[in-house]
Formats: sequence, structure tokens, C-alpha cells
Amino acid sequence: MSVLVYIAQNQGQAKPVSWEIMGKARALADRLHVPLIGLVIGHGVGEVAAEAIAYGADRVLVADGPAFAAFRAYAYADALKAAIAAAQPTIILAPASAGARDAAALAACQLGIGLAAECQDLDLDADGNLVAERPIFSGNILTTVTFKAKPQMATVRSRSFPLPTKAMGRSGEIAALAVNLSELAEQEEVLGFEAAEAGEVGVENASIIVSGGRGVKGPEGFAPLRELARVLGAAVGASRAAVDAGWIPYPHQVGQTGKTVRPDLYIACGISGAIQHLAGMSNARVIVAINKDRDAPIFGVARYGVVGDLFEVVPALTEAFKAKLGRQ
Amino acid sequence: MKFVACVKLTPDTEQLADVRPEDVGSGDLGVTMVLNPWDEFAVEEVLQLQDRFGGEGAVVTVGGAEAVEALRRAVAMGIEEALLLSDPLFEGSDAWGVARILAQAIKRMDEVTLVLTGRQSVDGNSGLVGPGLAASLGVPFVSQVAKVLEVTEGSATVLRALDEGVQTVRVKTPAVLAVSKEINEPRYPNFMGIRKASRMQIPALKAAQLPGLDPKQVGEGAALIRWTNLRKPPARVGKCEFIQGATVAETASILADRLIAEKVI
Repeated sequence: MSVLVYIAQNQGQAKPVSWEIMGKARALADRLHVPLIGLVIGHGVGEVAAEAIAYGADRVLVADGPAFAAFRAYAYADALKAAIAAAQPTIILAPASAGARDAAALAACQLGIGLAAECQDLDLDADGNLVAERPIFSGNILTTVTFKAKPQMATVRSRSFPLPTKAMGRSGEIAALAVNLSELAEQEEVLGFEAAEAGEVGVENASIIVSGGRGVKGPEGFAPLRELARVLGAAVGASRAAVDAGWIPYPHQVGQTGKTVRPDLYIACGISGAIQHLAGMSNARVIVAINKDRDAPIFGVARYGVVGDLFEVVPALTEAFKAKLGRQ
Repeated sequence: MKFVACVKLTPDTEQLADVRPEDVGSGDLGVTMVLNPWDEFAVEEVLQLQDRFGGEGAVVTVGGAEAVEALRRAVAMGIEEALLLSDPLFEGSDAWGVARILAQAIKRMDEVTLVLTGRQSVDGNSGLVGPGLAASLGVPFVSQVAKVLEVTEGSATVLRALDEGVQTVRVKTPAVLAVSKEINEPRYPNFMGIRKASRMQIPALKAAQLPGLDPKQVGEGAALIRWTNLRKPPARVGKCEFIQGATVAETASILADRLIAEKVI
């Protein structure tokens, strides 16, 4: 019996969502009086394993080797299956991030494990069974997912839980995990990799997002938004209209056919607030809307609104923050 | 060679907010139902793969009689073959159940090279049928496919978008690909297509016509998870406070102060 957490990493750097989940998993494991076991898959990921102990794991299983240098769906699923066999978990948690979510789904289906995908909260019922809250119908309905059998698996979205504090003095055990790769794993080869633009904050992990829509009018219209984002340490988001027009690449898209985000602050610039966009961002804690049209639906979800020209308001806001926060 | 798109009939995204929690699972959501927008990319990609590599195209769905409307949209876009998988035994299936049903239907088809799905449905939002289908068929799975570079005898090379960058991935075929929005721009059906689709007799298969399917492995009885306590999310409290200073600089200053006070900066 245990709680098992899949720790997603890239190039030896854990994704923050992994530790957010670890923090919640620690609380669940304590309530169940079972150990918390982490799983790290990759090549040269020893430091991530040590970090997992600091974030609350009692034991970390490490599938380390050249076979795991690049993400491959079944290879990573094979490692997860090996970890499940070793840890005998009642609860298995994984990030709902790209890659991790595929490995979790393949392993769950192959093993006949029920999986609640894209969850935003987790709890235990009176009998210690996992209950998982998740949005469905694109955020318009919430459901509490229950499981008919154990183990119970859930994938969890970024920023669903706070980042726990890291306790450097914590002790735990790190063990190598032997994985027999299946024939299916060998049927997938990674031939190349092109890294995303360095220095850009991804919208899914961002605590602040500055987002632009049709009102930015063109690719160069994102410049003032990027400047505000730089000063705030924010990510740059976009509506479908801006992405479809080719002004900014798809990974920035927030909404129905883009990313679902949950930042502390979402600054919508020149975004009218189509229902498909709201589906991706209306869970932000504070929404600011800057739009020329006072009747734009975005003001219906915003806490603060400015009716005006974003090309005047956004640079003024950047200057205001520079002055008030003492930033350059 | 054959390319197959798996699709779902889902609420029109303009009306998702009108779906009542108590109607979910009832078979009638009381809103306009359309081809799942994510699946349009899968259908379009089947058509483009046929243009590039030849072969046949097909579209499959699991659902009640009404689900045929999702197939008609795909046919109107240009898909030649459509198949409905419909049986009361299928009702209440979870993603793994739906995947097993689709897998058996695809196993009956000849020379399937690639099976394409959307990233997820706009109603269930789980994105599990694609990987479940690959696992049920015992074939490779690539998600977030931004481009199909090449399809040759026995393999396909595609681009997979991860958070940290883009991988070039080669898989053995047959394989299942969950496509991303980046992959193409779905076409609108033309008049001829719509007329053809409206007149097409679309075949339907029941559980008994899928010999490899174990009825105990599908439907509500086999579902491993259950949606309980369906409810509307809490409404956003409070109205929008419009900030209006004497000058733009003053407006910006007031707004910045509010946001700093909210402790979100």
C-alpha cells in the first residue's frame, strides 16, 4: 500500500506541477498512513530524485537510462507499470502535462485502472477512497469522480495545489527501478528535438498571464504586452483570433482549443471574451480586461476593467508597475 | 492504406454553458449537437493524408442513433466511408469502454495505417479515448501531433508538441495519432458534400457484430470511474469595477495599486 506520484521532468529539471502534486499526495498519504513513493523517469535525473525527498517523498524509484532520455509514450508507460508493480499503490497521481498524461493513460488502460483525467482537486472520502474534482463541459460543469476499484489514478492540472516548501534535511530512500521495455516501446523512435524559445514562460505554469486578442491588430501589437509581461515575470497568452491570424504561435493560445489556465492574474488586452476563450481562463483568480468596447463580454468575468485603447493603457500600466515595484 | 478518424457528437461550444448538470448522461442535453471541434482536425487530416499518400478514408463513432450527425458532417467534408457503433450495451461506458468498442470496429477494417482522434472532446474533456484506443489495439500512440511528415510502408513520422519543444517521432504503423489544432485548418463542407452526406445510408453495427468484443468489458457495468455530484461551478462574485482616471497614466496607476493590493503581483 502506498501513494505513487509520477514526477514529470525535462532535461533533469522537474516540472513545478510535479511538486504541487507531491505536496497534496503527502497529505493524502499521511491520512492513509501509507508511504509516499515518487517515480522519476529520464536520463541523468538523480538530482530530481533527491529533490523529491525534499518535497515529501519517503522513497523514490528512478528509471534512469538512455532509453528514457527523450519522452516516448510506451517506454514511459512501461516505467510507470514497473513502478506500480513495485509500489503496490492504492492511489497513483501524475501531472496532466503533455507526455506524462499519455504515459499515465496508456499504463492505466493496459492495467485496467480507472483514471480521472485533468483533475483540479483531490480528497479522500470517509472510507479513505480517492475522490477527484474535475471540470467537464469545458469548465461549465464540475464533477466529483469516484472509483469503483483500486488502484485509483488521477492526472492533475498545473496550479491546482500550492507548491510545498522544500525541506532539504528530509531523509528518504532512492532506488533504481528496473524496467523491461515492451515491444511497443521499441516501435517509437525519437529522431529529433527542437527546443521551444528559451526564456519564455509557459502559460500553463504562469502565475500571471498578459493575453492579447483581435485588438492587438498584428504580430507587432504583441510588443507592448511582452514588455508588460517581462516587467511582471508573466507569460504571454493569446485568443484563438490572434493565433489563427498568425500573429503568435499556437502554444500561447488560451481557450477551448488551446490551453486551460488558472493564474492568479489574467490581463486580457483587446480580447472580446468569446465563450470559447472564457472556457480557458475564467478560473483565474483576478481578471483584468482592457478593451475599447464597454459592452465586450470579457467585462462580465473581469474584476477590473479599463475601457480604452490597449496601445495607450498597456504601456502606461507597464510604466506604473516599473515605478511602484522598482523594476526596470 | 487506410486512414480512420474517430469522432464524437458534442454540444455546440456556444451552448456548452446551457447544459444542465442534471441532463448529463440522459441522452438529451437540450442543446444543439455538432461534430466535436477537436475532431474536425482529425477528419481534415484524414482527407489531407489521402491527398498526399492515396488510400481510403473512414470515420467512426460510438453513440446513439443521433451520433450519426457527427458522421454526416465528416462525410460532408469529404470522407467516403462512415460507421456508427450503437448498442444499448454501450451506454454508460467510460473512456476505456469506448476505446474497446472502437478498437474492435477498427480491427474489422483492412489495411488501416493510421487512426486519428482529436485531442479531447469538448464535453468529457479527458482526452483518454485516443490512448485507450492505442492500448486496446496494441499499437503505438502519439499525441499532440502538429504535423504528419511522412507515411511509408510500415511507419509514420510526425511532429509531437511537448511543453518544452517539438519532437520528430517515427512510429511503426498501424498507429493512433491524437492531433493538435496546429495540424491543419478544417475545411467547410460545400453544397455537394452536404447533399451527399444527407442522402448517405450510414451503416450501424451492434455489439453482436463485433465478435472480438466482450460485452462485460463495455457499458456502465465495466466503467471504472463514475461522475458524481455534477454541479455548476460557483459563479464569479462581484461585478467588474471600471477604473477611470483623469488621464491614462492615472488610470494605469490606480489599476496597478488595486492589483498590488490584491496580492497577485
